[in-house]
Amino acid sequence: MSKQYEFPSKGLPYLLVLPQMAVVFVFFFWPAAQAVFQSFFLQDPFGGKMLFVGFENYSTLFEDPAYWASFGRSFLYAALVAVSAMTTALFLAVQANKPLRGAGFYKTMLIWPYAVATMVAGVLWIFMFNPNIGVIAYFLKNSLGFDWNHLLNERQAFLLVTIAAAWKQVAYNFVFFLAGLQSVPAALVEAAAIDGAGPTKRFWTIVFPLLSPTTFYLLVMNVVYGFFETFPIIHQATQGGPGQATNILVYKVWRDGVVNLDLGGSSAQSVVLMILVIGLTVAQFRFIERKVTY
Amino acid sequence: MTEHSRLRRVLPHIWLWLAIAVIVFPIFLVFVASTHTNADILAAPMPLKPGPHFFENYRRALIEGSANLGASAWTMMKNSLIMALGIAVGKIVVSLLAAYAIVFFKFPGRSFCFWAIFITLMLPVEVRIMPTYKVISDLGMLNSYAGLILPMIVSATAVFLFRQFFMSVPREIAEASQIDGASPMAFFTEILVPMTRTPIAAMFVIQFIYGWNQYLWPLLITTKEKYYTLLIGINRMLAGADVLIEWQIVMATTLLAMLPPVIVVVLMQKQFVAGMTDTEK
Amino acid sequence: MKKLCALLLATLALGAAYAAPVNIEFWHAMTGKNAENVQLLCDKFNASQSNYTITPVYKGSYIDTMNAGIAAFRAGQAPGILQVFEVGTATMMAAKAIKPVYQLMKENNAPFDPKAYIPTITSYYSTAKGEMLSMPFNSSTAVMYYNKDAFRKAGLDPEKPPVTWPEFFEVAKKLKASGMEGGFSTNWISWIQLENFSAWHNQPFGTKANGFNGLNTELKFNGALQKKHLQTIYELSKDKTFIYGGRENKANPLFSSGTVGMHFESIGGYANFKNTCKFDFGVARLPYYPEVKGAPQNSIIGGASLWVFNGKSKEEYKGIAEFFTFLSRPEIQALWHQNTGYLPITKAAYELTKSQGFYKTNPGPEVAILQLLNKAPTENSMGLRFGYMQVIREIEDQTWEDILAGKISVSDGLDKMVREGNAKLREFERLNK
Repeated sequence: MSKQYEFPSKGLPYLLVLPQMAVVFVFFFWPAAQAVFQSFFLQDPFGGKMLFVGFENYSTLFEDPAYWASFGRSFLYAALVAVSAMTTALFLAVQANKPLRGAGFYKTMLIWPYAVATMVAGVLWIFMFNPNIGVIAYFLKNSLGFDWNHLLNERQAFLLVTIAAAWKQVAYNFVFFLAGLQSVPAALVEAAAIDGAGPTKRFWTIVFPLLSPTTFYLLVMNVVYGFFETFPIIHQATQGGPGQATNILVYKVWRDGVVNLDLGGSSAQSVVLMILVIGLTVAQFRFIERKVTY
Repeated sequence: MTEHSRLRRVLPHIWLWLAIAVIVFPIFLVFVASTHTNADILAAPMPLKPGPHFFENYRRALIEGSANLGASAWTMMKNSLIMALGIAVGKIVVSLLAAYAIVFFKFPGRSFCFWAIFITLMLPVEVRIMPTYKVISDLGMLNSYAGLILPMIVSATAVFLFRQFFMSVPREIAEASQIDGASPMAFFTEILVPMTRTPIAAMFVIQFIYGWNQYLWPLLITTKEKYYTLLIGINRMLAGADVLIEWQIVMATTLLAMLPPVIVVVLMQKQFVAGMTDTEK
Repeated sequence: MKKLCALLLATLALGAAYAAPVNIEFWHAMTGKNAENVQLLCDKFNASQSNYTITPVYKGSYIDTMNAGIAAFRAGQAPGILQVFEVGTATMMAAKAIKPVYQLMKENNAPFDPKAYIPTITSYYSTAKGEMLSMPFNSSTAVMYYNKDAFRKAGLDPEKPPVTWPEFFEVAKKLKASGMEGGFSTNWISWIQLENFSAWHNQPFGTKANGFNGLNTELKFNGALQKKHLQTIYELSKDKTFIYGGRENKANPLFSSGTVGMHFESIGGYANFKNTCKFDFGVARLPYYPEVKGAPQNSIIGGASLWVFNGKSKEEYKGIAEFFTFLSRPEIQALWHQNTGYLPITKAAYELTKSQGFYKTNPGPEVAILQLLNKAPTENSMGLRFGYMQVIREIEDQTWEDILAGKISVSDGLDKMVREGNAKLREFERLNK
């Protein structure tokens, strides 16, 4: 695994990994085991009664069409967030990578939103689009005659959370694409230019393929982001509604567990999600490892 | 120069300015809203020019907090800072040690440790929310800084970054220190850590932001206003029973919540960008 | 802190060797004006005696507050008093974590006469036998708000709000025709248009006296009357005579901004509307369908009550009992009622308020009280006692939004709400049998 020089020592390495292992065990493996355990019970929120129900929480979950709908919705949402945030970021990175006056300024301006919390992004967008007091909603309604009401219109609600999530993620993707573009050897592009390839063709035949590792990495990270880390946006902007139009899986886990106090059902959902993420992690890791050994 | 190529030269500027406008507009609105009274904001449409209540609103947000929130932005900022620093520093220290062990030592169980850590690489706390909550509650760490910080140290990103870096350190350096008779810990503290300065700085920025922007976890475990972070405070202001939301205070607090991480990113942009893209390589 | 110092100094000055007062935490979800009044009540109590200090602590929304209470209980750090919204009643009751109020009062020999309270309010928080489990605190009921200026503009008599639903819908159409963007809106589709609607028409919301008589209760609100009512509202949503403004109380700005002319909301929102509406508005009783026998019956309450956890010290219990006795005093209730718009929980407080002439300038709250007192409650109008009520309301909200979006018919939608709600009730029954 490692080609590094290895110190001969018996006790020390254990001592060194101990803190990390302790944290991992107490805050990951223990909760994971708890999730599996609790998913087999119906439970009183006050911790009084526990009723063993076997796989019932799972069967209820898998027989619930709303759960599958939430699954499909989460994938669609994550995919839309990933695609829109990535294409925008790639486009902007290509622009910013040109020899422009003020390029440094542009880069800073496009990178800093990375520091904006996802939750704050949710608040910002809901503040603009609030059908009752939002500036944009007001503008849409009174200047364009477009009736914005994401409290009722499912597509608008879905669109709103997608845009808010993508808005925040562009900066992250921008950083990676810009770094990727900067590492494309200029000679290669120039050679193609001499061969008579136009800028568009040069981009798609030479630059873009060279970016593919970055693109793949970002795709996984964006999907994970859309899937799991946009909870605050849903929580602030739509609470999963209208109907269940924006009830994505990670919001449902929280809602069923914390608001609806269905600990068993929520735990079963956690187990499903954990399996999903671990699958994604292994895929990502294999990919990265392969690249490293090359 | 033809018209066409002039356009081509100007076009990137136009696109980039457009993007900046889309990024800045919501934040501009927040700023404007934070300088008006609530009545002005509620009387849709709200004004688009800054109003005269800047000092009043920020003073109230910072010193008193929204009516009945029970926590001022000042207190909450302190909590956010403790959480962000705790997560950043804690994660860096723990990860450095673990990465050091995994790269520089051969020991039975190394492979196991490696996988146990790496499985958590991308696992957000969101997916194991209730069980983690129960563990923290069993440990009596609800409403404590330890409860806010420790579960966030789990993920393996930092171990991963440091491991990559350590593996690229020329093996002769470690070998030489061994021959010189330096202990492994001396090598670690005197040679390796100083060499790792740049990745550490990058990790610090990334984790500081990650920590500052935590939302769901503190939302669950902080029920005492003494431990509210800024984001939790904003949420509490937006969700009460039979409430009138004080938008002007919410917006002032939102701006205050954005400021510190943005400053960190802008000041440490170089290290931050290097660190981010290194995790990928 | 200041108060504590002052107290400490006072104690020292007196040279008394008394221990510091017992501190009792009171976790609540009140904000704004209501919160100031919670503080005021606690201050008054603390000043009235020296053995106990009640400390009010804001914990966020009702759900946040309840979760905080549950978490604290599990961690062995429960507060003395926890404010829980009415839908949490069955969950709190089933938990072995609470000390029923009637028991608390008896053990501490506190003067306590259940008959002094307004029956529709206490029944919500009592067992079928009439034993009070929690202390009613901020009680409200659903009423209709209407914009008097808009009524005038539409050529309607502002002193004659519609009384029946058919009249109501006609007025809504006229308001829209007069140039308003919409006719009416409503908050809390579940609480107002289903729960209160059913009670007001003396129709069962569920079997077993709305759940009071047993866990094996089933929902029943998909009757012909409810279907007809929601069908009408749905039809009116098509041309925006009805405008949907969101879940819970999110529709309020539609009324305060003058978008719609009539609106259904809790009487608890009265003070806020007084602050935000720049027009003259009135409060009226809920409309009813005249063909329904026994209608109007009485409306049911919403809001929250105060629960006491078990496992506290004798001293704390004594303090809580004293605090509850204090809260029930007519002048305290009258103060709370007049300052917040929430309803008084005793008849004496209502009479006192009336004699003070409060309703002459604030007719709104009296409308609500009279609506509650309209008739002696029947088993359809005592209140609701369903487990997982929070989830059931969520199912109703989601399905109602699906109905408005045209994804499911009104009739199928109501059947679906009942079916899915019943599944949750069975789960609750299994766990708590």
